Amino acid sequence: MIYSLLVLASPTAGQTNRTAAGFAAELYSRGHTLHRVFFMDAGVDTALATPVAPQDEINPQALWIALAKQFDVELVACISSALKRGVLDELEATRYEKVAATLHPNFELGGLGQLVDASAHSDRLITFGGG
Amino acid sequence: MAAAAPNKKTLTVIITHAPYQGTLARAGLDAALAAAAFEQPVQLIFSGHGIYSLLEQDTKAAGTRSISKLIASLPLYDIEPVYAEAAAIAQLGINADALPAGTQVVDKQAIAALIDRADHVVSF
Repeated sequence: MIYSLLVLASPTAGQTNRTAAGFAAELYSRGHTLHRVFFMDAGVDTALATPVAPQDEINPQALWIALAKQFDVELVACISSALKRGVLDELEATRYEKVAATLHPNFELGGLGQLVDASAHSDRLITFGGG
Repeated sequence: MAAAAPNKKTLTVIITHAPYQGTLARAGLDAALAAAAFEQPVQLIFSGHGIYSLLEQDTKAAGTRSISKLIASLPLYDIEPVYAEAAAIAQLGINADALPAGTQVVDKQAIAALIDRADHVVSF
């Protein structure tokens, strides 16, 4: 079955973001595939290149990146949420004359059309956070 | 599941958060409008404190953009009717006359039926 995930939960507040990454990994171990992970609202903080986690904590970002590397999962951060939260790729950092690009290279910025596309092309679309 | 055309999936968007409690309500509206703009059937449900999104708001003093314009634009995107949870309206003491035209007040069973006929449900 083809899944997509909508991740609204911040990686640094609560367990939901990490649960989503665990769910994603489990999908592959059960023979399903992941079409896209779309991060929106506080979820886009997952795509920041710059957070420093305390040494004894796991940043869920590492779990997402491992998935992206192993299974070629698309990790897309909603561009309107991302701009508001300072998650900028080189293009946006230049466009808005900000001091630095902050998007992690394993993520990309994309419009809400990418969420709609994920909905249209997946058998299941699961929300994490927001409820 | 709805018998939608290929690559058309009925998306049910449920908004449960109050409009200025964080940014989730706006994110949900944005998602609903985007889906409609790409010609996907959308069912938009307001439940719990999400109901407050449907009331006319003046947010100048709060220094934040009002979502009233987004609500007003829903019929232009064929997101009509919008559904409002009856229990929440009663619990929050909202006068149903204050809800925009095109709002359909629905009980839990009707909401369950809407969810049942959707391909996907996302909640904000």
